[in-house]
This record gives sequence, structure tokens and C-alpha cells, in this order.
Amino acid sequence: MTYSVLVFIGLAGALALDLGVFQTRLVGRRAFWVAYAIMLFFQLVMNGILTGLPVVTYRREEIFGLRIVYAPIEDLGFGFAVILTTLTLWVRAGQRSRLRTNGAAVARIATPREQAPERRGEADGAS
Amino acid sequence: MSHYLYLALLVACLLGTAPLEIWLRTGVYRRWRRLLVAVLPVALIFGAWDGYAVLRGAWSYNTRYLLGLTVPGGLPLEECLFFLVIPVCSILTLEAVRRRRPQWIIGDEVTTSTSTSTSTSTSTAGLGFEAAG
Repeated sequence: MTYSVLVFIGLAGALALDLGVFQTRLVGRRAFWVAYAIMLFFQLVMNGILTGLPVVTYRREEIFGLRIVYAPIEDLGFGFAVILTTLTLWVRAGQRSRLRTNGAAVARIATPREQAPERRGEADGAS
Repeated sequence: MSHYLYLALLVACLLGTAPLEIWLRTGVYRRWRRLLVAVLPVALIFGAWDGYAVLRGAWSYNTRYLLGLTVPGGLPLEECLFFLVIPVCSILTLEAVRRRRPQWIIGDEVTTSTSTSTSTSTSTAGLGFEAAG
């Protein structure tokens, strides 16, 4: 399998995790795309250094041939797959810990709410 | 000095994102167990994926910019660290976006849990109104 094919498999796997296996659906969320856009900028900088010096040299037969800031276009797909997989697992892990500590989470939210009327009362009294 | 270049890039990534943890209080390193659960599988899977590509000669490394240490499997040490550093940076970035835009749903908020979703969402909505008012 060439690097192009490997990247395609990585992308398909990452999307399957996000949309199918864990149903985190990050690719449908604005927060994900804004975070990705920020990382994409820094990826282009770092990838540019790694492939521009070069620290890493690609074999011509392995890549499609299109390049962006010295790096083969495949690197963008590769980076996206790494980032999406990581964030899917991170969000999934967060969902699970929420479920485990749900009682505590509700208690934390309930406490300030119960105190709120008192605070409002004081504010009314002062005005 | 050039042998430290790839390593220095990775250190720069960690130093560059550290302010997010300190000033935006992303709490990513603080939740180190959740961080390991997310990062270790990525490092293992994509590390193996990367090792396969290197084995078949998809790309090669310029030893001038590497420490010269390799891990079992033949990958340079820096390439392995890459698969730990980049995931950590990506989580820090997502959490930083969340800190700046808390109204953007990510999917692991308290309200998304199923077992007590009704009571939780009610109290969250209550908080929201009070904060707004």
C-alpha cells in the first residue's frame, strides 16, 4: 500500500470511529472545525520545516504528487486522521467519566442554583 | 546541534501550547487519566501505521536532524514522541476553544449524559438564566 492508500484508510477509520463506533459526531461540530483550523495552520508550519529542510524525504512513487508548503498533500489527510481520532477518544472518555460521576456533577450544579435566590435577594435589598 | 532539530520542534509544540493549560485553564494535563486514555491508543495505532510506511520505504529520515535513537520497530525516537505530542496539543487546542466559546457543544457536556439528562439539563438551564439575568 502506498502512503496515499494508507492515508485514505486512516481517514476512513477516523471517520468511522467518530460517526459510527462512538457517535461523537465531532465532524458536525463547530468547536471541532475551529480547533482543527488552528492546528492546520501550525501543522503547515511544522510540516513545512520537516519536509523543507528536509528532515523527512518522501519516495516519489509513494505519493500523489501534489504538495503544499513542501509537504505532500497526503500529510494533511494524515494529520486530520490523527487529530480526529484523538479528539474522538478524548470526548468519548469524557462522556464515560461524566456517566460515572453523574451524581457528583448534578450536585455541583445544583448547589449554586440553590444559593442563587439568596444572592438575588441581597441584591434586591441593596438596590 | 542540528541533531536536536526534530526534538526541538516537538518541545516547541509543548511549550507553545502550555500557556493554554496555564492561562486558559484547559485542565488537560490535570485530567491525566482521561488524557492517557485518549492519547495512548492513538500513539500505538498511528505509530504502527507509521512504522509500516517507513518499513516499505514510503519516506526516509535525514539522520543529520535526529538524535539517532530508534525504538523497537525501527522508528526514530522523535517520530514516536510525535504521536504523543501532537495528540496532546490537539486536545489542548480543542479545550482552549471550549474555554473561549463555552456555548459551542462538543459532546461530552453534562447535559448529554442519558441517565439523568432531564434533571441535569434543567439545572443547567437554570444556571444559564441566572447568569444571564
